[in-house]
Amino acid sequence: MNRTAIIVRLSPWLFTIGLLILWEAAVHALHIPTFFLPPPTAVAYAFVEFAGPLARNSWITLETTMIGFALAVGFGLLLGLLVGWSRTIYAGLYPLMIGFNAIPKVAVVPILVLWFGIGFVPAVFTAFLISFFPIVVNVATGLATIEPELEDVLKALGASKLDIMRKVGIPRTLPYFFGSLKIAITLAFVGSVISESVASNYGIGNLMLQAQAQFQVPLIFAGLVALAIEGIAMYAAMAILERRMTGWAQRSGFAQS
Amino acid sequence: MSAFVALDGVSHAYGGAGGALAVDALSIAVQTGEFAAVVGPSGCGKSTLMKLATGLQFPLKGTVRVAGEAVNKPLKIAGMAFQAPTLLPWRTTLENLLLPLEIVQPHRSELSRRRKEYVARAENLLASVGLRDQGDKYPWELSGGMQQRTSLCRALIHEPQLLMLDEPFAALDAFTREELWCVIRDLHAVRKITVILVTHDLREAVFLADRVFVMSSRPGRILAEKRIEFPRPRDIEVTFTPEFQDIVHELRAHIVKARQ
Ligand SMILES: Nc1ncnc2c1ncn2[C@@H]1O[C@H](COP(=O)(O)OP(=O)(O)OP(=O)(O)O)[C@@H](O)[C@H]1O
Ligand SMILES: [Mg+2]
Repeated sequence: MNRTAIIVRLSPWLFTIGLLILWEAAVHALHIPTFFLPPPTAVAYAFVEFAGPLARNSWITLETTMIGFALAVGFGLLLGLLVGWSRTIYAGLYPLMIGFNAIPKVAVVPILVLWFGIGFVPAVFTAFLISFFPIVVNVATGLATIEPELEDVLKALGASKLDIMRKVGIPRTLPYFFGSLKIAITLAFVGSVISESVASNYGIGNLMLQAQAQFQVPLIFAGLVALAIEGIAMYAAMAILERRMTGWAQRSGFAQS
Repeated sequence: MSAFVALDGVSHAYGGAGGALAVDALSIAVQTGEFAAVVGPSGCGKSTLMKLATGLQFPLKGTVRVAGEAVNKPLKIAGMAFQAPTLLPWRTTLENLLLPLEIVQPHRSELSRRRKEYVARAENLLASVGLRDQGDKYPWELSGGMQQRTSLCRALIHEPQLLMLDEPFAALDAFTREELWCVIRDLHAVRKITVILVTHDLREAVFLADRVFVMSSRPGRILAEKRIEFPRPRDIEVTFTPEFQDIVHELRAHIVKARQ
Protein backbone atom coordinates (compact mmCIF):
# COMPACT_ATOMS: atom_id res chain seq x y z
CA MET A 1 0.00 0.00 0.00
CA ASN A 2 1.38 3.38 -0.92
CA ARG A 3 1.08 6.62 1.00
CA THR A 4 -2.06 7.97 -0.67
CA ALA A 5 -3.85 4.67 -0.16
CA ILE A 6 -2.98 4.69 3.55
CA ILE A 7 -4.19 8.26 3.94
CA VAL A 8 -7.43 7.46 2.13
CA ARG A 9 -7.92 4.47 4.39
CA LEU A 10 -7.36 6.53 7.53
CA SER A 11 -9.17 9.64 6.42
CA PRO A 12 -12.60 8.81 7.93
CA TRP A 13 -10.94 8.36 11.33
CA LEU A 14 -8.77 11.43 10.98
CA PHE A 15 -11.77 13.56 10.05
CA THR A 16 -13.85 12.24 12.95
CA ILE A 17 -11.07 12.78 15.46
CA GLY A 18 -10.38 16.22 14.02
CA LEU A 19 -14.04 17.18 14.42
CA LEU A 20 -14.09 15.97 18.02
CA ILE A 21 -10.94 17.91 18.92
CA LEU A 22 -12.35 21.04 17.29
CA TRP A 23 -15.60 20.60 19.19
CA GLU A 24 -13.87 20.08 22.53
CA ALA A 25 -11.60 23.07 21.97
CA ALA A 26 -14.49 25.30 20.92
CA VAL A 27 -16.57 24.42 23.98
CA HIS A 28 -13.67 25.29 26.32
CA ALA A 29 -12.46 28.33 24.45
CA LEU A 30 -15.92 29.90 24.14
CA HIS A 31 -17.05 28.81 27.62
CA ILE A 32 -20.16 27.14 26.28
CA PRO A 33 -22.13 25.70 29.22
CA THR A 34 -22.53 21.90 29.32
CA PHE A 35 -26.34 22.12 29.41
CA PHE A 36 -26.19 23.92 26.07
CA LEU A 37 -23.53 21.93 24.21
CA PRO A 38 -21.58 19.34 26.19
CA PRO A 39 -17.98 18.67 25.08
CA PRO A 40 -17.20 15.22 23.62
CA THR A 41 -15.47 14.20 26.85
CA ALA A 42 -18.68 14.81 28.81
CA VAL A 43 -20.66 12.83 26.22
CA ALA A 44 -18.16 9.99 26.48
CA TYR A 45 -18.47 10.08 30.24
CA ALA A 46 -22.28 9.91 30.00
CA PHE A 47 -21.89 7.05 27.55
CA VAL A 48 -19.95 5.04 30.11
CA GLU A 49 -22.06 6.07 33.10
CA PHE A 50 -25.34 5.13 31.38
CA ALA A 51 -23.94 2.17 29.44
CA GLY A 52 -26.61 -0.15 30.87
CA PRO A 53 -29.75 1.83 29.91
CA LEU A 54 -28.17 2.84 26.60
CA ALA A 55 -27.45 -0.76 25.65
CA ARG A 56 -30.89 -1.96 26.76
CA ASN A 57 -32.74 0.73 24.85
CA SER A 58 -30.51 0.47 21.79
CA TRP A 59 -31.36 -3.18 21.64
CA ILE A 60 -35.08 -2.39 21.81
CA THR A 61 -34.78 0.22 19.05
CA LEU A 62 -32.81 -2.23 16.94
CA GLU A 63 -35.43 -4.93 17.43
CA THR A 64 -38.27 -2.57 16.57
CA THR A 65 -36.46 -1.35 13.47
CA MET A 66 -35.60 -4.83 12.25
CA ILE A 67 -39.14 -6.14 12.62
CA GLY A 68 -40.61 -3.12 10.84
CA PHE A 69 -37.94 -3.41 8.17
CA ALA A 70 -38.58 -7.13 7.67
CA LEU A 71 -42.28 -6.40 7.17
CA ALA A 72 -41.39 -3.65 4.72
CA VAL A 73 -39.12 -5.98 2.74
CA GLY A 74 -41.77 -8.68 2.46
CA PHE A 75 -44.61 -6.34 1.68
CA GLY A 76 -42.56 -4.00 -0.51
CA LEU A 77 -41.20 -6.88 -2.60
CA LEU A 78 -44.67 -8.33 -3.09
CA LEU A 79 -46.26 -5.02 -3.99
CA GLY A 80 -43.35 -4.08 -6.24
CA LEU A 81 -43.65 -7.35 -8.18
CA LEU A 82 -47.39 -6.81 -8.48
CA VAL A 83 -47.04 -3.24 -9.67
CA GLY A 84 -44.28 -4.17 -12.12
CA TRP A 85 -46.31 -7.12 -13.40
CA SER A 86 -49.35 -5.31 -14.67
CA ARG A 87 -49.89 -1.91 -16.17
CA THR A 88 -53.42 -1.81 -14.74
CA ILE A 89 -52.28 -2.45 -11.21
CA TYR A 90 -49.54 0.11 -11.71
CA ALA A 91 -51.99 2.76 -12.94
CA GLY A 92 -54.39 2.03 -10.10
CA LEU A 93 -51.92 1.91 -7.24
CA TYR A 94 -49.40 4.53 -8.19
CA PRO A 95 -51.38 7.67 -7.26
CA LEU A 96 -52.44 6.00 -4.02
CA MET A 97 -48.86 5.18 -3.12
CA ILE A 98 -47.65 8.67 -3.97
CA GLY A 99 -50.32 10.17 -1.76
CA PHE A 100 -49.55 7.76 1.00
CA ASN A 101 -45.85 8.41 0.80
CA ALA A 102 -46.43 12.16 0.94
CA ILE A 103 -48.00 11.90 4.40
CA PRO A 104 -45.41 12.65 7.10
CA LYS A 105 -45.32 9.42 9.06
CA VAL A 106 -45.11 11.18 12.39
CA ALA A 107 -48.69 12.29 11.69
CA VAL A 108 -49.75 8.65 11.53
CA VAL A 109 -48.38 7.76 14.96
CA PRO A 110 -51.43 9.10 16.90
CA ILE A 111 -53.71 6.86 14.84
CA LEU A 112 -51.48 3.88 15.46
CA VAL A 113 -51.54 4.66 19.17
CA LEU A 114 -55.31 4.86 19.04
CA TRP A 115 -55.42 1.38 17.51
CA PHE A 116 -52.60 -0.39 19.30
CA GLY A 117 -51.85 1.67 22.43
CA ILE A 118 -48.45 3.17 23.08
CA GLY A 119 -45.24 1.13 22.95
CA PHE A 120 -43.73 -1.49 20.70
CA VAL A 121 -46.43 -2.03 18.06
CA PRO A 122 -46.88 1.56 16.78
CA ALA A 123 -43.09 1.90 16.56
CA VAL A 124 -42.85 -1.25 14.44
CA PHE A 125 -45.66 -0.02 12.23
CA THR A 126 -44.13 3.42 11.80
CA ALA A 127 -40.82 1.83 10.81
CA PHE A 128 -42.68 -0.38 8.35
CA LEU A 129 -44.80 2.41 6.83
CA ILE A 130 -41.91 4.77 6.30
CA SER A 131 -39.58 2.21 4.73
CA PHE A 132 -41.63 0.10 2.33
CA PHE A 133 -42.11 2.76 -0.33
CA PRO A 134 -38.56 2.90 -1.74
CA ILE A 135 -38.56 -0.89 -1.97
CA VAL A 136 -41.80 -0.93 -3.98
CA VAL A 137 -40.60 1.79 -6.33
CA ASN A 138 -37.23 0.17 -6.94
CA VAL A 139 -38.59 -3.31 -7.57
CA ALA A 140 -41.26 -1.95 -9.91
CA THR A 141 -38.66 0.14 -11.75
CA GLY A 142 -36.42 -2.88 -12.21
CA LEU A 143 -39.27 -4.81 -13.78
CA ALA A 144 -40.47 -1.93 -15.92
CA THR A 145 -37.08 -1.36 -17.51
CA ILE A 146 -36.53 -4.81 -19.05
CA GLU A 147 -34.97 -4.26 -22.47
CA PRO A 148 -37.70 -4.75 -25.10
CA GLU A 149 -35.28 -6.62 -27.37
CA LEU A 150 -34.59 -9.14 -24.67
CA GLU A 151 -38.31 -9.54 -24.11
CA ASP A 152 -38.71 -10.13 -27.86
CA VAL A 153 -35.99 -12.77 -27.89
CA LEU A 154 -37.76 -14.65 -25.12
CA LYS A 155 -41.27 -14.16 -26.51
CA ALA A 156 -40.15 -15.47 -29.89
CA LEU A 157 -39.16 -18.64 -28.05
CA GLY A 158 -42.68 -18.96 -26.71
CA ALA A 159 -41.93 -17.67 -23.22
CA SER A 160 -44.90 -16.82 -21.03
CA LYS A 161 -45.05 -13.68 -18.96
CA LEU A 162 -44.16 -15.72 -15.91
CA ASP A 163 -41.11 -17.13 -17.73
CA ILE A 164 -39.91 -13.64 -18.60
CA MET A 165 -40.46 -12.57 -15.01
CA ARG A 166 -38.49 -15.52 -13.64
CA LYS A 167 -35.64 -15.57 -16.12
CA VAL A 168 -35.12 -11.86 -16.61
CA GLY A 169 -37.40 -9.66 -14.53
CA ILE A 170 -36.51 -10.84 -11.07
CA PRO A 171 -32.74 -11.31 -11.54
CA ARG A 172 -32.33 -7.91 -13.14
CA THR A 173 -34.43 -6.32 -10.40
CA LEU A 174 -32.20 -7.62 -7.62
CA PRO A 175 -29.64 -4.78 -7.78
CA TYR A 176 -32.47 -2.26 -7.55
CA PHE A 177 -33.95 -4.21 -4.67
CA PHE A 178 -30.76 -4.53 -2.66
CA GLY A 179 -29.92 -0.92 -3.41
CA SER A 180 -33.28 0.13 -1.97
CA LEU A 181 -32.61 -1.84 1.22
CA LYS A 182 -29.87 0.62 2.15
CA ILE A 183 -32.36 3.47 1.97
CA ALA A 184 -35.17 1.50 3.57
CA ILE A 185 -33.19 0.42 6.63
CA THR A 186 -32.18 3.99 7.37
CA LEU A 187 -35.77 5.15 7.01
CA ALA A 188 -37.08 2.31 9.18
CA PHE A 189 -34.69 3.45 11.87
CA VAL A 190 -35.99 7.01 11.59
CA GLY A 191 -39.53 5.68 11.86
CA SER A 192 -38.99 3.66 15.00
CA VAL A 193 -37.11 6.47 16.77
CA ILE A 194 -39.85 8.99 15.88
CA SER A 195 -42.53 6.74 17.25
CA GLU A 196 -40.49 5.93 20.38
CA SER A 197 -40.02 9.55 21.21
CA VAL A 198 -43.70 10.34 20.70
CA ALA A 199 -45.43 7.29 22.05
CA SER A 200 -43.41 4.73 23.92
CA ASN A 201 -41.79 3.95 27.24
CA TYR A 202 -38.80 2.20 25.69
CA GLY A 203 -36.13 2.70 23.08
CA ILE A 204 -33.44 5.26 22.46
CA GLY A 205 -36.01 7.79 21.29
CA ASN A 206 -37.79 7.59 24.61
CA LEU A 207 -34.53 7.59 26.57
CA MET A 208 -33.51 10.84 24.91
CA LEU A 209 -36.87 12.38 25.64
CA GLN A 210 -36.55 11.49 29.32
CA ALA A 211 -32.98 12.77 29.45
CA GLN A 212 -34.24 16.02 28.01
CA ALA A 213 -36.96 16.29 30.67
CA GLN A 214 -34.29 15.80 33.34
CA PHE A 215 -31.92 18.21 31.67
CA GLN A 216 -29.21 15.54 31.28
CA VAL A 217 -27.83 17.08 28.11
CA PRO A 218 -24.72 14.85 27.84
CA LEU A 219 -27.02 11.81 27.95
CA ILE A 220 -29.08 13.22 25.06
CA PHE A 221 -25.90 13.44 23.03
CA ALA A 222 -24.83 9.96 24.13
CA GLY A 223 -28.21 8.76 22.80
CA LEU A 224 -27.47 10.46 19.50
CA VAL A 225 -24.12 8.73 19.31
CA ALA A 226 -25.77 5.37 20.00
CA LEU A 227 -28.24 6.06 17.18
CA ALA A 228 -25.44 7.01 14.82
CA ILE A 229 -23.53 3.81 15.59
CA GLU A 230 -26.62 1.67 15.06
CA GLY A 231 -27.51 3.49 11.87
CA ILE A 232 -24.04 3.08 10.40
CA ALA A 233 -23.92 -0.60 11.35
CA MET A 234 -27.27 -1.35 9.72
CA TYR A 235 -26.40 0.59 6.60
CA ALA A 236 -23.08 -1.23 6.35
CA ALA A 237 -24.81 -4.59 6.76
CA MET A 238 -27.12 -3.78 3.84
CA ALA A 239 -24.25 -2.51 1.71
CA ILE A 240 -22.35 -5.76 2.30
CA LEU A 241 -25.47 -7.78 1.49
CA GLU A 242 -25.89 -5.81 -1.73
CA ARG A 243 -22.30 -6.44 -2.75
CA ARG A 244 -22.61 -10.13 -1.99
CA MET A 245 -25.86 -10.71 -3.84
CA THR A 246 -25.36 -8.61 -6.95
CA GLY A 247 -21.66 -8.59 -7.70
CA TRP A 248 -22.37 -8.73 -11.44
CA ALA A 249 -24.05 -5.33 -11.31
CA GLN A 250 -21.19 -3.64 -9.48
CA ARG A 251 -18.39 -3.99 -11.95
CA SER A 252 -18.06 -0.33 -12.80
CA GLY A 253 -14.90 1.18 -11.44
CA PHE A 254 -16.74 4.45 -10.96
CA ALA A 255 -17.94 3.84 -7.42
CA GLN A 256 -14.68 2.24 -6.36
CA SER A 257 -12.39 5.04 -7.39
CA MET B 1 -42.78 -25.15 -53.30
CA SER B 2 -44.75 -22.92 -50.96
CA ALA B 3 -43.14 -20.12 -49.04
CA PHE B 4 -41.90 -20.74 -45.50
CA VAL B 5 -42.47 -17.14 -44.45
CA ALA B 6 -45.17 -15.24 -46.32
CA LEU B 7 -46.46 -11.76 -45.65
CA ASP B 8 -49.31 -10.78 -47.91
CA GLY B 9 -50.57 -7.20 -48.22
CA VAL B 10 -49.56 -6.41 -44.66
CA SER B 11 -50.11 -2.97 -43.13
CA HIS B 12 -49.14 -2.11 -39.61
CA ALA B 13 -49.16 0.94 -37.37
CA TYR B 14 -47.83 1.14 -33.84
CA GLY B 15 -50.42 2.34 -31.39
CA GLY B 16 -53.47 1.00 -33.23
CA ALA B 17 -55.34 1.98 -36.37
CA GLY B 18 -55.04 5.72 -35.70
CA GLY B 19 -51.23 5.76 -35.77
CA ALA B 20 -49.05 6.48 -38.78
CA LEU B 21 -48.35 3.38 -40.82
CA ALA B 22 -44.95 1.76 -40.31
CA VAL B 23 -45.41 -0.65 -43.23
CA ASP B 24 -48.10 -0.54 -45.89
CA ALA B 25 -49.25 -3.24 -48.34
CA LEU B 26 -46.05 -5.14 -47.71
CA SER B 27 -45.74 -8.53 -49.39
CA ILE B 28 -42.75 -10.80 -49.18
CA ALA B 29 -42.28 -14.55 -49.53
CA VAL B 30 -39.21 -16.44 -48.36
CA GLN B 31 -38.76 -20.08 -49.34
CA THR B 32 -37.78 -22.89 -47.03
CA GLY B 33 -34.02 -22.93 -46.55
CA GLU B 34 -33.62 -19.64 -48.36
CA PHE B 35 -31.36 -16.84 -47.15
CA ALA B 36 -33.19 -13.53 -47.57
CA ALA B 37 -31.74 -10.11 -46.87
CA VAL B 38 -33.80 -6.96 -46.37
CA VAL B 39 -32.28 -3.54 -46.96
CA GLY B 40 -33.81 -0.09 -46.96
CA PRO B 41 -33.59 3.42 -45.54
CA SER B 42 -33.53 3.89 -41.79
CA GLY B 43 -36.97 3.85 -40.18
CA CYS B 44 -38.63 2.20 -43.16
CA GLY B 45 -40.04 -0.69 -41.19
CA LYS B 46 -37.43 -3.44 -41.42
CA SER B 47 -37.52 -4.24 -37.72
CA THR B 48 -41.30 -4.05 -37.91
CA LEU B 49 -41.22 -6.65 -40.67
CA MET B 50 -39.21 -8.94 -38.36
CA LYS B 51 -41.67 -8.46 -35.52
CA LEU B 52 -44.63 -9.15 -37.76
CA ALA B 53 -43.05 -12.31 -39.12
CA THR B 54 -42.34 -13.67 -35.64
CA GLY B 55 -45.72 -12.79 -34.13
CA LEU B 56 -44.38 -10.12 -31.79
CA GLN B 57 -46.67 -7.62 -33.54
CA PHE B 58 -49.89 -8.31 -35.39
CA PRO B 59 -50.84 -6.54 -38.62
CA LEU B 60 -53.79 -4.20 -39.00
CA LYS B 61 -54.41 -5.57 -42.48
CA GLY B 62 -53.15 -8.52 -44.48
CA THR B 63 -51.96 -11.97 -43.47
CA VAL B 64 -48.74 -13.41 -42.07
CA ARG B 65 -48.11 -17.12 -42.53
CA VAL B 66 -45.10 -19.08 -41.32
CA ALA B 67 -44.61 -22.78 -42.10
CA GLY B 68 -48.08 -22.86 -43.62
CA GLU B 69 -49.86 -21.56 -40.54
CA ALA B 70 -51.34 -18.15 -39.82
CA VAL B 71 -49.30 -16.35 -37.16
CA ASN B 72 -51.55 -15.33 -34.28
CA LYS B 73 -49.17 -15.65 -31.37
CA PRO B 74 -45.39 -15.38 -30.95
CA LEU B 75 -43.61 -18.02 -32.99
CA LYS B 76 -41.83 -20.77 -31.12
CA ILE B 77 -39.58 -21.91 -33.93
CA ALA B 78 -37.61 -18.71 -34.38
CA GLY B 79 -34.19 -17.71 -33.13
CA MET B 80 -33.50 -14.00 -33.00
CA ALA B 81 -30.40 -11.83 -32.74
CA PHE B 82 -30.25 -8.06 -32.72
CA GLN B 83 -27.75 -5.27 -33.08
CA ALA B 84 -27.27 -5.29 -29.28
CA PRO B 85 -26.22 -8.70 -27.92
CA THR B 86 -28.84 -8.56 -25.09
CA LEU B 87 -27.07 -11.17 -22.99
CA LEU B 88 -27.92 -11.55 -19.31
CA PRO B 89 -25.05 -10.15 -17.23
CA TRP B 90 -25.77 -12.39 -14.24
CA ARG B 91 -25.33 -15.56 -16.27
CA THR B 92 -22.11 -16.94 -17.67
CA THR B 93 -21.81 -17.23 -21.42
CA LEU B 94 -22.71 -20.90 -21.25
CA GLU B 95 -25.73 -20.27 -19.05
CA ASN B 96 -26.82 -17.56 -21.46
CA LEU B 97 -26.70 -20.10 -24.27
CA LEU B 98 -28.85 -22.52 -22.30
CA LEU B 99 -31.58 -19.90 -21.76
CA PRO B 100 -33.66 -20.83 -24.84
CA LEU B 101 -33.56 -24.47 -23.76
CA GLU B 102 -35.09 -23.46 -20.44
CA ILE B 103 -38.06 -22.05 -22.33
CA VAL B 104 -38.66 -23.97 -25.55
CA GLN B 105 -40.45 -27.30 -25.41
CA PRO B 106 -39.56 -30.17 -25.51
CA HIS B 107 -36.13 -29.12 -24.21
CA ARG B 108 -37.63 -27.36 -21.24
CA SER B 109 -38.99 -30.51 -19.62
CA GLU B 110 -35.93 -32.54 -20.57
CA LEU B 111 -33.35 -30.03 -19.44
CA SER B 112 -32.58 -31.55 -16.06
CA ARG B 113 -32.30 -35.05 -17.54
CA ARG B 114 -30.28 -34.16 -20.60
CA ARG B 115 -28.27 -31.31 -19.17
CA LYS B 116 -24.89 -32.87 -20.02
CA GLU B 117 -25.90 -33.31 -23.62
CA TYR B 118 -27.17 -29.72 -23.85
CA VAL B 119 -24.02 -28.32 -22.30
CA ALA B 120 -21.97 -30.28 -24.82
CA ARG B 121 -24.13 -28.87 -27.61
CA ALA B 122 -23.61 -25.33 -26.32
CA GLU B 123 -19.86 -25.87 -26.10
CA ASN B 124 -19.73 -27.18 -29.65
CA LEU B 125 -21.66 -24.19 -30.85
CA LEU B 126 -19.31 -21.82 -29.03
CA ALA B 127 -16.34 -23.60 -30.56
CA SER B 128 -17.89 -23.26 -34.03
CA VAL B 129 -17.89 -19.46 -33.70
CA GLY B 130 -14.36 -19.36 -32.30
CA LEU B 131 -15.24 -19.12 -28.62
CA ARG B 132 -13.86 -22.42 -27.41
CA ASP B 133 -13.52 -22.55 -23.59
CA GLN B 134 -15.04 -19.11 -23.09
CA GLY B 135 -18.25 -20.52 -21.62
CA ASP B 136 -17.34 -19.80 -18.00
CA LYS B 137 -16.79 -16.11 -18.60
CA TYR B 138 -19.47 -13.54 -17.98
CA PRO B 139 -20.69 -11.59 -21.01
CA TRP B 140 -19.13 -8.40 -19.72
CA GLU B 141 -15.76 -10.13 -19.72
CA LEU B 142 -16.08 -10.62 -23.48
CA SER B 143 -15.40 -8.13 -26.26
CA GLY B 144 -18.28 -6.71 -28.28
CA GLY B 145 -17.61 -9.11 -31.13
CA MET B 146 -17.46 -12.09 -28.79
CA GLN B 147 -20.75 -11.04 -27.21
CA GLN B 148 -22.32 -10.83 -30.63
CA ARG B 149 -21.11 -14.33 -31.43
CA THR B 150 -22.61 -15.55 -28.19
CA SER B 151 -25.87 -13.87 -29.09
CA LEU B 152 -25.82 -15.70 -32.43
CA CYS B 153 -25.22 -18.99 -30.65
CA ARG B 154 -28.13 -18.28 -28.36
CA ALA B 155 -30.34 -17.78 -31.40
CA LEU B 156 -29.26 -21.19 -32.72
CA ILE B 157 -29.02 -23.43 -29.65
CA HIS B 158 -32.57 -24.78 -29.88
CA GLU B 159 -32.06 -25.54 -33.57
CA PRO B 160 -34.75 -23.19 -34.86
CA GLN B 161 -36.15 -23.59 -38.36
CA LEU B 162 -36.13 -19.84 -38.81
CA LEU B 163 -33.32 -17.45 -37.94
CA MET B 164 -34.14 -13.74 -37.74
CA LEU B 165 -31.16 -11.38 -37.69
CA ASP B 166 -31.73 -7.66 -37.23
CA GLU B 167 -28.49 -5.81 -38.00
CA PRO B 168 -26.52 -8.27 -35.88
CA PHE B 169 -23.11 -7.08 -37.10
CA ALA B 170 -23.72 -3.35 -37.25
CA ALA B 171 -21.67 -2.56 -34.15
CA LEU B 172 -18.61 -4.58 -35.16
CA ASP B 173 -15.37 -3.69 -36.90
CA ALA B 174 -15.00 -4.61 -40.56
CA PHE B 175 -12.77 -7.65 -40.01
CA THR B 176 -14.83 -9.21 -37.24
CA ARG B 177 -17.89 -8.58 -39.35
CA GLU B 178 -16.48 -10.47 -42.32
CA GLU B 179 -15.44 -13.28 -40.03
CA LEU B 180 -18.99 -13.56 -38.72
CA TRP B 181 -20.41 -13.44 -42.23
CA CYS B 182 -18.50 -16.65 -42.85
CA VAL B 183 -19.80 -18.13 -39.61
CA ILE B 184 -23.38 -17.41 -40.66
CA ARG B 185 -22.72 -18.62 -44.19
CA ASP B 186 -21.46 -21.95 -42.88
CA LEU B 187 -24.27 -22.34 -40.36
CA HIS B 188 -26.80 -21.75 -43.09
CA ALA B 189 -25.08 -24.24 -45.36
CA VAL B 190 -24.87 -26.96 -42.71
CA ARG B 191 -28.28 -26.60 -41.11
CA LYS B 192 -30.30 -25.56 -44.14
CA ILE B 193 -32.37 -23.20 -42.02
CA THR B 194 -34.36 -20.29 -43.37
CA VAL B 195 -32.67 -16.97 -42.59
CA ILE B 196 -34.01 -13.44 -42.79
CA LEU B 197 -31.32 -10.82 -42.32
CA VAL B 198 -31.95 -7.10 -41.94
CA THR B 199 -28.90 -4.99 -42.66
CA HIS B 200 -27.69 -1.59 -43.79
CA ASP B 201 -24.54 -3.09 -45.25
CA LEU B 202 -25.16 -3.89 -48.91
CA ARG B 203 -21.97 -5.96 -49.23
CA GLU B 204 -23.18 -8.06 -46.34
CA ALA B 205 -26.58 -8.55 -47.96
CA VAL B 206 -25.17 -9.52 -51.35
CA PHE B 207 -22.47 -11.79 -49.93
CA LEU B 208 -24.83 -13.79 -47.74
CA ALA B 209 -28.24 -13.79 -49.38
CA ASP B 210 -29.97 -15.76 -52.09
CA ARG B 211 -32.33 -12.84 -52.57
CA VAL B 212 -32.09 -9.22 -51.47
CA PHE B 213 -35.29 -7.22 -50.90
CA VAL B 214 -35.19 -3.44 -51.05
CA MET B 215 -37.78 -1.57 -49.01
CA SER B 216 -39.23 1.89 -49.66
CA SER B 217 -39.04 4.63 -47.06
CA ARG B 218 -41.77 4.72 -44.44
CA PRO B 219 -44.39 3.31 -44.75
CA GLY B 220 -42.33 0.40 -45.99
CA ARG B 221 -43.13 -1.79 -48.99
CA ILE B 222 -40.91 -4.00 -51.11
CA LEU B 223 -39.60 -1.82 -53.94
CA ALA B 224 -37.36 -4.31 -55.64
CA GLU B 225 -35.92 -7.77 -55.22
CA LYS B 226 -32.65 -9.05 -56.60
CA ARG B 227 -31.66 -12.67 -56.92
CA ILE B 228 -27.96 -13.21 -56.15
CA GLU B 229 -26.61 -15.97 -58.35
CA PHE B 230 -23.06 -16.41 -57.05
CA PRO B 231 -22.43 -20.11 -56.48
CA ARG B 232 -22.12 -21.37 -52.91
CA PRO B 233 -19.98 -21.75 -50.89
CA ARG B 234 -18.93 -18.15 -51.47
CA ASP B 235 -15.55 -16.85 -50.51
CA ILE B 236 -14.98 -13.36 -49.13
CA GLU B 237 -12.94 -12.74 -52.28
CA VAL B 238 -16.15 -12.71 -54.30
CA THR B 239 -17.00 -9.37 -52.73
CA PHE B 240 -14.11 -7.76 -54.59
CA THR B 241 -15.16 -8.91 -58.08
CA PRO B 242 -16.67 -6.41 -60.53
CA GLU B 243 -19.89 -8.47 -60.83
CA PHE B 244 -20.35 -8.17 -57.08
CA GLN B 245 -19.67 -4.45 -57.14
CA ASP B 246 -22.23 -4.03 -59.91
CA ILE B 247 -24.95 -5.64 -57.84
CA VAL B 248 -24.07 -3.52 -54.82
CA HIS B 249 -24.24 -0.45 -57.04
CA GLU B 250 -27.59 -1.43 -58.43
CA LEU B 251 -29.04 -1.94 -54.93
CA ARG B 252 -27.53 1.29 -53.75
CA ALA B 253 -29.28 3.15 -56.56
CA HIS B 254 -32.60 1.67 -55.42
CA ILE B 255 -32.07 2.88 -51.87
CA VAL B 256 -30.97 6.32 -52.94
CA LYS B 257 -34.20 6.55 -54.92
CA ALA B 258 -36.22 5.22 -51.99
CA ARG B 259 -34.80 7.87 -49.68
CA GLN B 260 -36.05 10.72 -51.83
N1 LIG C 1 -42.42 0.53 -30.56
C1 LIG C 1 -42.75 1.49 -31.45
N2 LIG C 1 -43.70 2.39 -31.15
C2 LIG C 1 -44.08 3.34 -32.05
N3 LIG C 1 -43.52 3.49 -33.26
C3 LIG C 1 -42.55 2.64 -33.63
C4 LIG C 1 -42.12 1.60 -32.74
N4 LIG C 1 -41.14 0.90 -33.37
C5 LIG C 1 -40.98 1.49 -34.56
N5 LIG C 1 -41.82 2.53 -34.74
C6 LIG C 1 -41.95 3.36 -35.95
O1 LIG C 1 -42.16 2.54 -37.05
C7 LIG C 1 -41.33 2.91 -38.14
C8 LIG C 1 -40.53 1.71 -38.60
O2 LIG C 1 -39.63 1.35 -37.56
P1 LIG C 1 -38.62 0.16 -37.67
O3 LIG C 1 -37.98 -0.03 -36.36
O4 LIG C 1 -39.31 -1.01 -38.25
O5 LIG C 1 -37.57 0.76 -38.73
P2 LIG C 1 -36.23 0.11 -39.27
O6 LIG C 1 -36.39 -0.03 -40.73
O7 LIG C 1 -35.89 -1.12 -38.52
O8 LIG C 1 -35.19 1.25 -39.00
P3 LIG C 1 -33.60 1.12 -38.69
O9 LIG C 1 -32.96 0.75 -39.98
O10 LIG C 1 -33.21 2.50 -38.28
O11 LIG C 1 -33.45 0.10 -37.62
C9 LIG C 1 -40.41 4.02 -37.64
O12 LIG C 1 -40.76 5.20 -38.31
C10 LIG C 1 -40.66 4.12 -36.18
O13 LIG C 1 -40.82 5.48 -35.83
MG1 LIG D 1 -34.38 -1.59 -37.08
